[in-house]
Amino acid sequence: MWTPEIRHVASRKYAGQWREITGPAPVKMSKRRSAALTGAQGISLAQKLLRERLCHQKLPDQPVGLDSQYKYLLELLRRTAVHGESNSVLIVGPRGSGKTMLLGCVLRELMSLKEAQKNVLLVELNGLLQTDDKIALKEITRQLHLENVVGDKVFGSFAENLAFLLEALKKGDKSSSRPVLFVLDEFDLFAHHKNQTLLYNLLDVSQSAQTPVAVLGLTCRLDVLELLEKRVKSRFSHRQIHLFSSLSFAQYLDVVRAQLSLPPDFPDPKFSDEWNHSVTKLCEDKTVEEILRRNFNGSKDFRSLHSLLFLAVSRVSVSHSTLREADLIEAWRLISVDSKANVLHGLSILELCLIIAMKHLNDTYDGEPFNFQMVHNEFKKFIQRKSHSIHKFEKPVVMKAFEHLLQLELVRPVDSGVCKVQREYQLMRLMLEHGQVMEALQKYPQCPTDVKQWALSAFG
Amino acid sequence: MFSSSSLPIQPLCIRIIQPSNLIKRMSVTLQCPGYPEDTLRSLAERLPCRETQLATLLALMGQPDQYSYPSVFIYGHRATGKSHVVLSIMKDLELPHASVDCVECVSSGLLFHQVLSAFFGPDAAALLPRCPSLSDFVRLYKQMSSNSPATQTRYIILDRAERMRDMDFSLLPALLRLQELVNDNVTVILLSEIVWEKFRPNTGCFEPLLFHFPDYSKAELVQILSWDHHPSYTPELYASYINILLGVFFSVCRDLRELRHLAVLNFSKFCEPLEKGEAKESDIHKLWKNIEPHLQRAMQTVYLREVSSVQWEQQQMDEKEATTLRVLSAHAHIELPYYSKFLLIAAYLASFNPARTDRRFFLKSHGKIRKTNFLKKHEKTSNHLLGPKPFPLDRLMAIFYSVVDSRVAPTASVFSQISSLVTLQLLSQVGHDDQLDSPKYKCSVSLDFILAISRCVCVCVRLLDLLALSLVIQSQVVRQERSLFTAVSNLHLL
Repeated sequence: MWTPEIRHVASRKYAGQWREITGPAPVKMSKRRSAALTGAQGISLAQKLLRERLCHQKLPDQPVGLDSQYKYLLELLRRTAVHGESNSVLIVGPRGSGKTMLLGCVLRELMSLKEAQKNVLLVELNGLLQTDDKIALKEITRQLHLENVVGDKVFGSFAENLAFLLEALKKGDKSSSRPVLFVLDEFDLFAHHKNQTLLYNLLDVSQSAQTPVAVLGLTCRLDVLELLEKRVKSRFSHRQIHLFSSLSFAQYLDVVRAQLSLPPDFPDPKFSDEWNHSVTKLCEDKTVEEILRRNFNGSKDFRSLHSLLFLAVSRVSVSHSTLREADLIEAWRLISVDSKANVLHGLSILELCLIIAMKHLNDTYDGEPFNFQMVHNEFKKFIQRKSHSIHKFEKPVVMKAFEHLLQLELVRPVDSGVCKVQREYQLMRLMLEHGQVMEALQKYPQCPTDVKQWALSAFG
Repeated sequence: MFSSSSLPIQPLCIRIIQPSNLIKRMSVTLQCPGYPEDTLRSLAERLPCRETQLATLLALMGQPDQYSYPSVFIYGHRATGKSHVVLSIMKDLELPHASVDCVECVSSGLLFHQVLSAFFGPDAAALLPRCPSLSDFVRLYKQMSSNSPATQTRYIILDRAERMRDMDFSLLPALLRLQELVNDNVTVILLSEIVWEKFRPNTGCFEPLLFHFPDYSKAELVQILSWDHHPSYTPELYASYINILLGVFFSVCRDLRELRHLAVLNFSKFCEPLEKGEAKESDIHKLWKNIEPHLQRAMQTVYLREVSSVQWEQQQMDEKEATTLRVLSAHAHIELPYYSKFLLIAAYLASFNPARTDRRFFLKSHGKIRKTNFLKKHEKTSNHLLGPKPFPLDRLMAIFYSVVDSRVAPTASVFSQISSLVTLQLLSQVGHDDQLDSPKYKCSVSLDFILAISRCVCVCVRLLDLLALSLVIQSQVVRQERSLFTAVSNLHLL
């Protein structure tokens, strides 16, 4: 009575990918239609596919460059699922390096094994959602479909509750209990719970061989073991899989080509051939290679690549139906822009003068915090001595401009709590660098020359 | 309803012609299969100067049944049209969306409630428990979306997203990857004034696509502000009025909302000479001479919200030339008793003059005046820039007795005035309330206020000299010791 439901639960997430392994799964309509779609329909379908790949993070057939980790993890989980061995492992890697993807691929292959498919239960917890151990326990109960069994029982402790749940799993199959895979996403957040009870109990169960349990943690923090308490750390098997991308630039280019190419089962082979051809030519282009190299030097992870490619792909439309280098250039420009420079571009001249005054104060006093009175003083000196175009503003007007800068968080008070000091005398710091201010001045529209001169002069 | 197979798919070309002939013609091509052509055209007409942003947003969104990036972060200055553009797109194209203003969401439960009721109806929102956690929200969302899966992309729009940083720490990272967590075609759009670098949590999160709404240039502001021109006057007159207004205000403020407010308030005054028949519409110079001092006064009052717009309009109707405007800030028209004014002046002098100089300034005879550097190096910059310094009560009373022209007995009525000054927040008490024997105070008013008070009081020349001295110290440019010398020696000749 347990089996059909649980199988559905375990394979729910990977149902889509199951069909990919077992058989082809393109859109049903296109099977009946033979070859050519119109240009617009082809583009629409291509966009749909590429968006699913780039935005929705559809699992690839085989993860790239992670072979040894893949084999290791698969073997470990197979031992739990088939042979009933308890294990615990942590997958550690920076953000966007493919931890969830690796786990997804491994679980997909695991569920294709017959014995695993019948028996294995999967419980997925996320540190962002289950912020408390009580919530986590309720979620475990729900995912194991044991709410009816638990009913209104009141348990003395977390350990009792968990033991009851695991015991309840035995009842269906009298010989031995079914293996349970606990996947803990954002594992480091679980370490911040009170007493780390969930972690302690899960790892305790994995060590004490009552039920075959595998605890899989995914985290981006490299020092995650330091966060664990001593008793928790001792129950952990200290198995860690590190995902540091070891791609070379040539392999990176191959990945780009693979991500942008349409699969061979695309309904219109002529369209997909043309598309793939244009993608190959694009990847050989010098400017595009330069952009990809700059992105590669910035970060090797796939997520930033996906956002760059998505911005380029979104510009493909009926009027220009292939990816061109202009698209990538524009996408790169959007990604690499400095947002504070954009904000500085929209300030009024008075606010810009205040920023320059603050920059001068920083230069003169070596980064010491300043207050509004000092800034106003600098500004008045500029008005009296050097300025032709800016006329004198009243102090409250200057104060309003200063408060706008505070709202934009370009200036921040040094101690945010204390309000005993008057507003004009509260100490602040400028959140911009010298270089950013000077660059913003170059791009500022119709900047008066005396303001520019003032900014460039050494001592205000 | 908007599936790509049912609509005719053709490229769309939309030409936009601006109403005023002061602006050059712009033509924009919006190509978006999957949305009806005329809706897009009317949408583009309603969003002047935002055509590029509209086109990029539509390209990012793609066709309704396609996936879009899980989270998009739109940033830009105030009144650059972020909410307006996004909400107009949602409403005109009738996309399923939930628009939440984060200022209204005191607790995250309110956010969850609004999102669920917008997508799945109020019954779904009623299923949320009392204090819903993020886990409950995600679970309910998954449950509801498996019953009614998304045929089109659903959008969650979070306005003033900077408030989310103060809510639960896991709310922002979870919402950024909501598409992955609920396995549904949903996109979260965050709108904010603050740049993304200030949002990023410590251990990182799913990075959204960053999208900037640039500020309006002066020409674009003229174009947009000219749209609400008064029907009884020509658009050219209104455009020239806007140009004059921007000439006064553009270097101070580029916020579209403020400028619109000021334009509406002052237009009747601008048209006064036309109504009275003193000038024609082409006499721009005369109209400018009439309105410009008025706008300058507006900068000091209405712009600073010192007077309300109703009061401002009444002022214009009264037509008195040199009326002193009744401003909001209490400082301009506060009435203090006679001795309180002297106490306040004495407090200001005590706060801003270093204690060493008291002997020289306030004693009638103190011996020889030696030519020493009477300001220490660290004090040259600090006196008026770092703020008022605390002083003990005894020093205040000593200065007070030397400043007041008549003999005053130290009665309770004098001391109680000090407490009243503290209540009025003109003085502030420093240190603990329990300290009864020697309380310390600080002066919280500015020099302008003190000068205003001392003008009201019939104060003798000596006092004005004291204040002048204070000003000299303030200016931190003690050029010639000699001139200060003469000032001090003159003081004591009185």
